[in-house]
Amino acid sequence: MAILNNGGAAAGAAAEQRASRVAPGASGAPVLSAHELRKRYGEAEVVRGVSFSIEAGECFGLLGPNGAGKTTTLRLALGLAQPDAGSITLRGFAVPQQARLARARVGVVPQMDNLDPDFTVAENLLVYGRYYGLPEREIRARIPALLEFAGLTARAGARIQALSGGMKRRLTLARALVNDPEVIFLDEPTTGLDPQARHLIWERLKTLLGQGRTILLTTHFMDEAERLCSRLAIMDAGRIIAQASPRQLIERHIEPQVVEVFGEGVRDWAREHARGLASRIEETGETVFCYAARAEPLLSSLTARSSLRYLHRPANLEDVFLKLTGRELRE
Amino acid sequence: MRHRYLPPSVTPRFVPVWRRNFLVWRKLAVPSILGNFADPLIYMLGLGYGLGRLLPEVGGMPYIVFLAAGTVCFSTMNSATFEALYSGFSRMHVQRTWEAIMNAPITLDDVVLAELLWAASKSFLSGLAILIVAWALGLAASPLSLAILAVVPLIGLAFAALALVITSMAQSYDFFMYYFTLVITPMAMLSGVFFPVSQLPPALQSLSAALPLAHATALVRPLLLGEAPAQWPLHAAALAAYALAGFYLCVILFRRRLLQ
Repeated sequence: MAILNNGGAAAGAAAEQRASRVAPGASGAPVLSAHELRKRYGEAEVVRGVSFSIEAGECFGLLGPNGAGKTTTLRLALGLAQPDAGSITLRGFAVPQQARLARARVGVVPQMDNLDPDFTVAENLLVYGRYYGLPEREIRARIPALLEFAGLTARAGARIQALSGGMKRRLTLARALVNDPEVIFLDEPTTGLDPQARHLIWERLKTLLGQGRTILLTTHFMDEAERLCSRLAIMDAGRIIAQASPRQLIERHIEPQVVEVFGEGVRDWAREHARGLASRIEETGETVFCYAARAEPLLSSLTARSSLRYLHRPANLEDVFLKLTGRELRE
Repeated sequence: MRHRYLPPSVTPRFVPVWRRNFLVWRKLAVPSILGNFADPLIYMLGLGYGLGRLLPEVGGMPYIVFLAAGTVCFSTMNSATFEALYSGFSRMHVQRTWEAIMNAPITLDDVVLAELLWAASKSFLSGLAILIVAWALGLAASPLSLAILAVVPLIGLAFAALALVITSMAQSYDFFMYYFTLVITPMAMLSGVFFPVSQLPPALQSLSAALPLAHATALVRPLLLGEAPAQWPLHAAALAAYALAGFYLCVILFRRRLLQ
């Protein structure tokens, strides 16, 4: 470290690139592991003993309502905030002590776009590559492929203000790849995008996983988590309250069948009939959610009642999420 | 929280950040140079020749010469201050450029150093522009006036560092008005920019002796006339102290703000 601190920028960068190639999980060690992390802001402890570990090539999702501590956990893992307690290892480096070395091959897609508005699309990639101390030639050689990956080849000279929300996100993703990262952190990568743009981002993330890269993403979209993540941790109020694959979470925490019922007299029906037919019932507003191993008894009870409308579907991650984190609004 | 008060740890990794600001400036160089250069120049020539005609001598020299030395300092101060306040705040807060940079392997300390050096670099151009005009008009003929080229960066560093302290505490651009109205403008009146410090009442004179801009004019004015400034090591050390103390303080405040 001493040499890196005092040496020239290029020499330091080269050494970090070398160091960063040797370090990571060739030995099968996790790419990222967090142990008993704690972080307090004033009176509020926003991360309260979080532990998880991510293997190379995995897509790991941190799922939770607003204010659950997801973004703080990411900041801690990147070494951008100091934990009050606990330890973090990223790509074999201790964080925050060696965070700079760790970040040499990490890409970050932040929650809010922070592309550089003073530069064009291609210049954003070039200028960002320089922050990694990469040789000019190497960055310039990578830019065409990055533009193509982002579907922005025709927009290379465009100003950032002229891009749509989806284009900006794709450029931010491409920018996060400029240092050929082993791990990519994405903080709510598709929030605010239309369905087409979201699907395009998901396809790109699958491509990256196919290249063997590791992904850590935070989201509060269940379909996103279910689609992309091999493993998930559900966070609430600073703690991980469940951790498994999406399928396992559904199997472990929720009945397989869901019948959502609403309409005139739904509460009476729930009290008089559904209680005996469903293993669990949740009432919220005008809707009654019935969770059951078998849906047929519920459905036949419902066909007789024309005032009630219903939707029968298999249980999904959102049901698990709502069961574990509750239905109240989080502001 | 102890690490928050550690001295800034800076590395050559600040260079790409400085370069980023330089590249943006280059795109807008023409209006930027005009703004930094034309405005103080018009004041200097207008007041120096217009008002100067009414005055026999100020501080033992023609008023335009007196004012030229003051304008080099004033213009450098303003340019460094504006850059570190408004543009610095844009990059830190509005555009989140710092946040993006710190996701790469660059630390906050290096980002702040880059901002400090960038604001000082930009202000150097402002001071230099006035100096070139002074040379061209024959207001400064001595080779000793070349030494001003070494003083201007010190002035720029001192005021950039002080302005970054303000930026580190700002919640919006409006906050900077306090700094201009309560600090920068009074300082310009108390530091021998437009008239000699000896015109001030004694109490203000001793206040003036502590101001960074007064140290700047105490160095630049004699050099412009081709004289070695009295007590020049003291004045240079005072400017350096403002720069170093301001840098240290703003790094602590930026850490508190951004590395929570």
